[in-house]
Amino acid sequence: MALKMVKGSIDRMFDKNLQDLVRGIRNHKEDEAKYISQCIDEIKQELKQDNIAVKANAVCKLTYLQMLGYDISWAAFNIIEVMSASKFTFKRIGYLAASQCFHEGTDVIMLTTNQIRKDLSSPNQYDTGVALTGLSCFVTPDLARDLANDIMTLMSHTKPYIRKKAVLIMYKVFLKYPESLRPAFPRLKEKLEDPDPGVQSAAVNVICELARRNPKNYLSLAPLFFKLMTSSTNNWVLIKIIKLFGALTPLEPRLGKKLIEPLTNLIHSTSAMSLLYECVNTVIAVLISLSSGMPNHSASIQLCVQKLRILIEDSDQNLKYLGLLAMSKILKTHPKSVQSHKDLILQCLDDKDESIRLRALDLLYGMVSKKNLMEIVKKLMIHVDKAEGTTYRDELLTKIIDICSQSNYQYITNFEWYISILVELTRLEGTRHGHLIAAQMLDVAIRVKAIRKFAVSQMAMLLDNAHLIASNTQRNGICEVLYAAAWICGEFSEHLEEANQTLEAMLRPKVTTLPGHIQAVYVQNMVKLYASILQQKEQAGEKEAAQEITQLMIERLPQFVQSADLEVQERASCILQLIKYIQKLQVKEVPVAEEVIALFAGELNPVAPKAQKKVPVPEGLDLDAWINEPPSDSESEDEKPKTIFHEEEQRHSRHRQPEIDEEELARRREARKQEQANNPFYIKSSPSPQKRYQDTPGVEHIPVVQIDLSVPLKVPGMPMSDQYVKLEEERRHKQKLEKDKKKKKQKKEKRGKHHRHNSLHTESEEDIAPAHHVDIITEEMPENALPSDEDDKDPNDPYKALDIDLDKPLADSEKLPVQRHRNVETLKSPDSEVPLVEKKSKKPKKKEKKHKDKERDKGKKKEKEKKVVEEEEEEEEKKGEDLDFWLSTAPPTAPTPQAQSEPGTGTAVVAESQEVKKEEREEQDEEEEDEGKKSSKHKKKKHKKEKEEKSKDKKKSKKKSHHSEEEPPVSVQNGTLEDEPLPPMSSYRLLAENPYIKMTYDIQGNLQNDSQVTVSVIFENKSTSFLKSMELNVLDSLNTKMLRPEGSSVHDGIPVPFQLPPGISNEAQFVFTLQSIVMAQKLKGTLSFIVKNDEGSTHEKLDFKLHFSCASYLITTPCYSDAFAKLLESGDLHMSSIKVDGISISFQHLLAKICFHHHFSVVERVDSCASMYSRSIQGHHVCLLVKKGENSVSIDGKCNDSTLLSNLLDEMKETLSKC
Amino acid sequence: MIKAILIFNNHGKPRLSKFYQRYSEDTQQQIIRETFHLVSKRDENVCNFLEGGLLIGGSDNKLIYRHYATLYFVFCVDSSESELGILDLIQVFVETLDKCFENVCELDLIFHVDKVHNILAEMVMGGMVLETNMNEIVTQIDAQNKLEKSETFIFQSPRQAGRQRLV
Repeated sequence: MALKMVKGSIDRMFDKNLQDLVRGIRNHKEDEAKYISQCIDEIKQELKQDNIAVKANAVCKLTYLQMLGYDISWAAFNIIEVMSASKFTFKRIGYLAASQCFHEGTDVIMLTTNQIRKDLSSPNQYDTGVALTGLSCFVTPDLARDLANDIMTLMSHTKPYIRKKAVLIMYKVFLKYPESLRPAFPRLKEKLEDPDPGVQSAAVNVICELARRNPKNYLSLAPLFFKLMTSSTNNWVLIKIIKLFGALTPLEPRLGKKLIEPLTNLIHSTSAMSLLYECVNTVIAVLISLSSGMPNHSASIQLCVQKLRILIEDSDQNLKYLGLLAMSKILKTHPKSVQSHKDLILQCLDDKDESIRLRALDLLYGMVSKKNLMEIVKKLMIHVDKAEGTTYRDELLTKIIDICSQSNYQYITNFEWYISILVELTRLEGTRHGHLIAAQMLDVAIRVKAIRKFAVSQMAMLLDNAHLIASNTQRNGICEVLYAAAWICGEFSEHLEEANQTLEAMLRPKVTTLPGHIQAVYVQNMVKLYASILQQKEQAGEKEAAQEITQLMIERLPQFVQSADLEVQERASCILQLIKYIQKLQVKEVPVAEEVIALFAGELNPVAPKAQKKVPVPEGLDLDAWINEPPSDSESEDEKPKTIFHEEEQRHSRHRQPEIDEEELARRREARKQEQANNPFYIKSSPSPQKRYQDTPGVEHIPVVQIDLSVPLKVPGMPMSDQYVKLEEERRHKQKLEKDKKKKKQKKEKRGKHHRHNSLHTESEEDIAPAHHVDIITEEMPENALPSDEDDKDPNDPYKALDIDLDKPLADSEKLPVQRHRNVETLKSPDSEVPLVEKKSKKPKKKEKKHKDKERDKGKKKEKEKKVVEEEEEEEEKKGEDLDFWLSTAPPTAPTPQAQSEPGTGTAVVAESQEVKKEEREEQDEEEEDEGKKSSKHKKKKHKKEKEEKSKDKKKSKKKSHHSEEEPPVSVQNGTLEDEPLPPMSSYRLLAENPYIKMTYDIQGNLQNDSQVTVSVIFENKSTSFLKSMELNVLDSLNTKMLRPEGSSVHDGIPVPFQLPPGISNEAQFVFTLQSIVMAQKLKGTLSFIVKNDEGSTHEKLDFKLHFSCASYLITTPCYSDAFAKLLESGDLHMSSIKVDGISISFQHLLAKICFHHHFSVVERVDSCASMYSRSIQGHHVCLLVKKGENSVSIDGKCNDSTLLSNLLDEMKETLSKC
Repeated sequence: MIKAILIFNNHGKPRLSKFYQRYSEDTQQQIIRETFHLVSKRDENVCNFLEGGLLIGGSDNKLIYRHYATLYFVFCVDSSESELGILDLIQVFVETLDKCFENVCELDLIFHVDKVHNILAEMVMGGMVLETNMNEIVTQIDAQNKLEKSETFIFQSPRQAGRQRLV
C-alpha cells in the first residue's frame, strides 16, 4: 500500500512536464498561487534527483514560472548543474534558465567559468552557440575578464554562426571589462570585412554601439565604414552605418561633406522606408554640422523636407510620426524650411493619435518666430477649447507657455497680448497648471517693467472676479493665479488706478476660503496696497479718506487673524497691530504714509536659478568644518523647534515684523540697505534706479513706455487676446508702410546691391519691432560667479569606461589575460624544435601595425590613382593622417579592383600570400609531428591553439618585413613562464609636460640601419584648445643628429604631421642618426606650437631633454642556448659585473623588467639564475648572467665593447634599484 | 540596443519576457503590467511607437510594438535602433514563429515558451540584432532540433527513468 502511494506520487511527479504545468495552471484559475506553490514543491523534489533529465525538466518549468514573476534564484546551483549536462538538449535548458535569472549578484555564477570555457571550445557549434547566447545575458566583470581571450579566439572560428555570436558578445565583454577593448579591437575591426554578411553585420553593430557612446575614438574608421556604405546592400548594415555617421559628423565636418552625395543618392534610389528615413536623419545631422560653415546645401535641405512631407502626409501613422520627429531636428538649424510646412503640422494637431499630436506640438515649439507667434498661439488656444480630456489640454497649456516663454520671451513682441493670453488661460476648466500660469504672470510682471501698469490692471480685474475662479472648489489648481495677482497688485501698487476697489476685493470674506499660502500673500500685499493708498491720500490732503481706509483695514483684518493657517494668522495679527498704531498716529494728525511705505522700499530683482551654486567659496573657508562644536544629542533635541522657526523666518525674509519705534525703523532700514549692498544677490547688473521712499511715487522712474492706450480693455464678444492680434497686425502694417516709405527715400538716395537684399527680406523678423520698448531684466548672478558650467555627467555611466583611445599603439602591457600552462624552460636550437611559448604581448601590437600597413597601402593606391604629385611617401605615416588624406580626396573609390592593376603593389601582395601559404604548410607539418608526440588530448588542443596564434604572429612578422620596419621577427621567450601576472609596464617615458601638452617618448633601434634610431613621441593635448603648427626641433650634438628633410638647415625644426583637437593624442616618429652608441646621449630640444581657442591663438613653447639611453640602442634578439654558449666561449668579449641589493620583486618580474626596459631576451633560465642576450644596432653582442640571491641580484655581463657594457650595467642598476 | 522583448495577450497575460537588463522579478512584472497598460489602450490605427514607459529606462527609450490577433509583441529599444527596422524585425520574428510552429497561434506560445526563446535567441543576442534573415534562422533552428532528436533516443525519457528506479 505504502509502495503504491510512493509509486503513484513519483509517477505524477515525473509526468509533469512544461506543458502539463501550463495546463495545470490554466485549470486552477481560482487558486493559481496555491497550485503553483504545490508545483514548486514538486520541482524541489525533482531537483534532488540524480537523473539529469529530471533536473532539466524541473529547470525548464522553473523558467516558465520565472516569467510569471516567481523568484527562482534559489535554484541557481541546479541550473548550473543542468548547464553542465553533456547533452545539448539539457544544456540549452540550463543556459536559458541562467540567462533569465542570473545576474551580477548571483553568487554561484563564478562556478560557471570553467564550464562556459569548456562549452565555448566544444566541437559542437551549437554547444558553443548556446553558451555564447547565455553568456551574453549574464556576463559579469569576472567572467568577462576570464573569458575575453577565449571569446576573442572564437571571433576567428571557421563557422560564421559562431563568429557572428562571438563578435556580438564582445560588446558585452567590453562593457564589463573595458581593459579588453584595446587588445581586441584590431580583430573586431578585421571582422568588418568578414566574408560572411552576418558576421560583418554583427561587427558593424558592435562598433556602432561603441561609437555611439564615444564617437571621437572611432573617427579613424570612417573610411572603412564609408567603403562599406557604398558597397553593402544589406539594409540592416546600411542603417547602422548611416546612424553611426550621424554620430560622427558633428566631430568632423569634412566627413559630412563627403557623405552628402552618396546619402542623397540613397534617398533617391532606395525603396525601403526605414533606410530612407535613416538617410534623411543623417543628412540632417550632416547639415547641422555644416550649418556654420557652408550655407550652400539648400538643395539637400529641400530634398529632406520634401521627403519628410511625404512621410507626414502618408496614411501610415508610423511614417507620419517619424516624419514629424525628423522634422523637429531640421527645425533646430533650418527653421525657415520647416516653417513653410506649418499648415501640415497644425493639421497634425487634429490627429486622433496622441503621440502624433504631441510631436506636432514639439515642432510648433521650435517653429515660432516673432512673426507667427500670435497666430500659432491663437490656433493652440482654439485647440485648448476643443480638447477632450484634461491631460491633453494640460499638455497644450504647458506648450503654450513654453512656446511663449522660450529663450527669455524672445518671440513676444507684445506683452500686453501675452498677459491677456495668460488671463484667458485662467478660465480653463480643471487644469492642474495654475501654478505655471501664476509663475509666468509673476515673471513677466517682474522682468518686463514696461508691462507692469497693464499687468496690474489685469490682475486687479482677476482679484475682482476672484469668486469666479475660486468658486469651483475642486479645481483648486487655478486659484494659484490669485497668488500671483495679489502679489503683483501689492508690489506694483503705484500703477493701480483704483487701489481702493482692489483693496476691498482683497478684504472680502470669501478670501478666507482660499488655501492658506494664498491668503498669506493676500494679507502681506494688502499692507502694500494700503501703504500706497495712504500715501496718495495724504499727499492729496484727504485726511478723512486716509482714516477711512485705516478703519476698513482694522475692521476686516480680524477675519484673517482667526485663520487656522498659522502663517496667515501671524501675519494678520502683526499687521493688525501695526495698523492700530498707525490709526493712533493718524488721530494725532502725524503724517505716517512715508514711514509706512518705507516698510516696502527696495526693489526685488529676479535671481538666476543657479546663482547660489555659482558663488565661489572664498579662500580659506572650509564649509565642512564645524563653526561650533557639534552639540550633544540631548541638546540638539532642545534646539529643534528653534531651527524650524529660523527656517520659517528665512523663507519670508521680505516679511519683517513691523516696528513701532521710529528709530528702530530707521536703523533697520539702514541695516537692510547695508545688507543689500553686501549681499551678492542684490548687486544689480544694470544700475536701474532704486525705489526710494523719499521719491515721489511719480512716473519718473518708470521706464519709457509708449503703451498704446487706445486699446480698449474690454471688448464684448471677442476674447481679448484676439483684439491684440488684430491691433498688432495693424501696427505691423503701419510699421511696414513707414519702412517702405523710408526705403523709397533710401532708394532715391542710393541704389546699390544693398537694395535687393532688403527687398528679399521685407517680411523678415528683424523688421518687426516690438510694440513697446521692452527691457527684460536679466537674472542676476553673483559677482565673480564661476564659469564652471553644469555638465554634471553621471560618474556611474558604464559607457564612460569605454572612452578609450583606440588609435594609440598598444603597449606591451595591454593584453588579455590568458590561461597558460607551465612550459619547458630551456630552449633548443631552431632546427630541433620551434619554441613553444612566445611573448604573446607582442601580438596585438603587430596586428595593429599590420593594419597601419594595410591602410597605408590603401592610401598609396589612391594616391597613385589620383595621380597626385609623386611625393615621397613619408616614412612614418599615421592613421590620423590617413583620415585626413581620405577626407581631402573628393569622390570615393573602391580600392580592391584597381589594386590588381597596380603592378608594383600587386606583386607584393601575391608574394606575400604565397609566403603565407608556405608558412601554413610548414605549420601543419609541425602540428602533425607535434600531435604524434603528445598523448594527452587536452594538451594537444592547447598546443594547437598556441601554435595557431604563434603562426599568425609569424605570418605577420613576415609580412611586416616587406615594409622594412624596425621590428625584427621576434619569437622570444621572455621569462613570462609563470602564471603570475606581470605588472603593467610601458616603455613610454615622460619627455616634457606643460598645461597644454604632454609628450611621452620611446626609442627603438633600427635593424636595417646601424646608425639610426627612431624616436616615437606621443603628443597628448591636455587643454581645451586646439593645438596646431607643432614643430619639433633639437640641438644636434656631434654624435647624434636629427634626420631632417633634404635642404633644410640644422636650425630648422620638423613639423609634426598632425594637429591636436582637445583631449586627443597622437604619435609622431622622428629619426636620428648617430655615430657612436657606446655612451648614453642627451639632446636638448624645443617643441613650438600654436594654441588656438575662442579667444584667439597664442604661440607656445615647451623645452625638453631627449635621453638616449644605451639600452635604446639594443634590439631584442633571440638567441638559442647552444649559440649563446659558443659566443661565451669565443673569448673576445669584455666582462663586467654589478650587484644590486634590496630587491623585493620576484625573479620573474625582474627578468621581465630587464627584457622590457633594456631590450633583452631570456636564453635560459634555471631556478633563480638566467642567461640573457641582446644585440646592439651596430652588432655588439651583449650577454648577461643574472643571479638572484636572498635580497640581491648580481649581474655579470659580457660584451664586445667594455664602455657600452659598463654603461648598460649602470642603467640596469638604476632600473633595478627602483624595484 | 534592445532593452526588453515582451509578448503578452490582449488581457496582459505574459507569454514571453526577455529582459536584456537586470530587473528583479517584481519589477519585471510591473514593467509588463505597465507596458500592457500603455499599449492596450491605444487604437488600432495609431502609430506603433510609444515614448518610453516610466519604469524601463529614461527618455532615450521607445516602445515599438505590433498587435497580431490576440498577441502584442513589444520591443523596448533605445535610440541606436531604427524604429522602422525594429518593426520589420518583429514581422520577421512572427513569420519565423509561423514557419517553425506551422500556423502559429497563441496556444503554441503558451505551451512552448522555451522554443520561442530558442527562436528569439537566434535573432537577438544580448540586446543586439544577430540575424534578420528568416531562412538562416529557420535553418539553425532546424539543425538544433535535429540535434535534440538525435539525443532523445540515446537517453531515457524521464518517465522510463523513474520506472526503472522503482523496479
